[in-house]
Amino acid sequence: MKHTVSVLVENRAGVLARIAGLFARRGFNIDSLAVGETNDPTISRITIVADGDDHTAQQLEKQLNKLVDTIKVRTLSPDELLARELQLIKLNATPAQRSEILTICEVMGGKIVDMTPTSITIEISDSPEHLQRFRALIEGYGIKEIVRTGTIAIQKGVVTIR
Amino acid sequence: MIRAAAAMVKCLEAEGINCVFGYPGAAICPFYDELYSSDIHHVLVRHEANAGHAASGYARMTNRPAVCIATSGPGATNLLTAIATAYADSIPLICITGQVSTDQIGCDVFQEVDITGAAEPFVKYSYLVKDANDIPRIFKEAFYLAGTGRKGPVLIDVPQDVQNVQIDFEYPYDIKMRTYKPTYKGNPLQIQRICDAVNKAQRPLLCVGGGIFLSGAEREVAEFAKKACIPAVSTMMGLSIFPTDHPMYVGMIGMHGLRSANTAMNSCDTIIMIGARVGDRAVRSPSFLAEGKTVIHIDVDPAEIGKNIPVDIPLVGDCKVILSELCEMEYDNDHSDWIEQVFDIKNAVPENEETEGYINPKVFIRKLSDRLPDDTVCVADVGSNQIWTCNHYGFRKGARFLTTGGMGTMGYSLPCGIGAKMAAPEREVVVICGDGSFQMQLMELATIIQENISVKIIVMKNKRLGMVRELQTKCYDDRLIATDIGNYPDFVALANSYGIEADRVSTMAEAEEKIEKLASSKKAYLLECNVYKLESTL
Repeated sequence: MKHTVSVLVENRAGVLARIAGLFARRGFNIDSLAVGETNDPTISRITIVADGDDHTAQQLEKQLNKLVDTIKVRTLSPDELLARELQLIKLNATPAQRSEILTICEVMGGKIVDMTPTSITIEISDSPEHLQRFRALIEGYGIKEIVRTGTIAIQKGVVTIR
Repeated sequence: MIRAAAAMVKCLEAEGINCVFGYPGAAICPFYDELYSSDIHHVLVRHEANAGHAASGYARMTNRPAVCIATSGPGATNLLTAIATAYADSIPLICITGQVSTDQIGCDVFQEVDITGAAEPFVKYSYLVKDANDIPRIFKEAFYLAGTGRKGPVLIDVPQDVQNVQIDFEYPYDIKMRTYKPTYKGNPLQIQRICDAVNKAQRPLLCVGGGIFLSGAEREVAEFAKKACIPAVSTMMGLSIFPTDHPMYVGMIGMHGLRSANTAMNSCDTIIMIGARVGDRAVRSPSFLAEGKTVIHIDVDPAEIGKNIPVDIPLVGDCKVILSELCEMEYDNDHSDWIEQVFDIKNAVPENEETEGYINPKVFIRKLSDRLPDDTVCVADVGSNQIWTCNHYGFRKGARFLTTGGMGTMGYSLPCGIGAKMAAPEREVVVICGDGSFQMQLMELATIIQENISVKIIVMKNKRLGMVRELQTKCYDDRLIATDIGNYPDFVALANSYGIEADRVSTMAEAEEKIEKLASSKKAYLLECNVYKLESTL
């Protein structure tokens, strides 16, 4: 089962290494990881998507809490979170295929950011599920390259983690 | 303005440190240069790992963080085993290492190693000091982190150029850490639940671990056992919390423990684990053990609760505080049938057999503990010698047992004994090790003689790495490999060559006389005990 964990940490050198090292040595697999400064520049927010059963997730939360640099840990349940991931996709595209691809992008929320006689580069940001559907639609044209960020997530409604 | 290296020394002084263990090198020289003009006593060990182990012994006797020092590169990596050992047993250490100059970090220069990176998995926290002005804050935090909550080693890596910067020095009075807030007091609702569970229980059992020592709760745990009428068992790290013959104490649990203690564990209906992390050597199948029982787990580290064993009543907090709170509650069940049942389980009577030309280590250790003072600090190494000591040394009131339970680090006992003796010079310190483990630490004989430290050393010489030999016999079809260490050196001659008095014992008939000589000596003393090569651990 996938778990999305939001961690607020001290924005200091070495903190990411500590967090990543903890995952490795406790045997947790990281699916994706995203780090960025928060509105308070002394605090960074790390969003981790990891795979494991509930006991593993619980252990993970406790071990993360134990790190001296950790300010707060929250495991977000799937129904309370808004998750986003950004992808840049370079696609094979002949001039004849362009309008088809453009239509897919328009419907699915993709944006064309670059174009050559033989390729199109699309930028798309959405939930991981939506991106999966988008990929299924464009796969047929031939994907040359995909670059993706880790998932970031925020809670729905007025609640915050701070 | 003072030199940052001087500030480091002043920080140690401000923390009340008067004895440190270390080994110098180029990158830590500015610090040593300032130590020169300080009253802090520096014990020069003969290997950096032993600086860490000696500090561990010192910390365990004083229950405060103790300091070890090494230089950059190999000095620092030699220290790693000691740091990991302290981490596994939650021993508070401040490990200070020199580092190459800031502008050279990352260039792979002479004696450079990323020690904060290497030590990361087994330190409570680490600092690479980049700005000398941070030194007072970092030391203050380091001592606080090492000695509070779940204790452990903290590493401070200081580049050589940083040690030479001039800074304004003022030791901070308080700590500003928004993230680190250990819980000490127990949740009152959980305390009540534990009290109810104990009163409801027909067969409650208390399982105590090393956390009791770390929080200084020896008196409180005995009081609780008495007040709530609960018999107690102990992990290896919890040995000597209860005297061996205490009326409520059963014995040590685990794969090398007593039958009575393990039977009590299996047949109880409510188990209270306190300051014990349910390690695999203590409890082999935790989920099997938990079946049909009410499991209560009390620990200062929330991450330990529920990690290895499913728990019905978790309680986070300091053992001493929580036990005092538990002692305030009312208990109305004397569990007398159960107590009778527990103490009715007989342990296998240890054979007193002798093999011609050898001593029986089990009987010998019993005789040794009979002779030594009540408040003796007994340090066991790792291997058969450790289990013989655990199962046969009679701990009386005031005694203290030290060993490495979590890591099982060979070569721990002598440096640990050195640290313990420095911390408690008025107490007898006896180190029990094997001929294998002794050879991982024999360089410290030089430290003993140079510092005039009167530890007593027992070397159980069976010419084998006995425990591994036993494993090869039992599990690997007797295909013995790399466990025969031969009949050398002559440990008596070796000790004498350092100027340490020593003797040898080969028959039980002369055991008492030899023990008497060891016990009555005012100086360091080594006794080589000839043990038969097939002597069993249990």
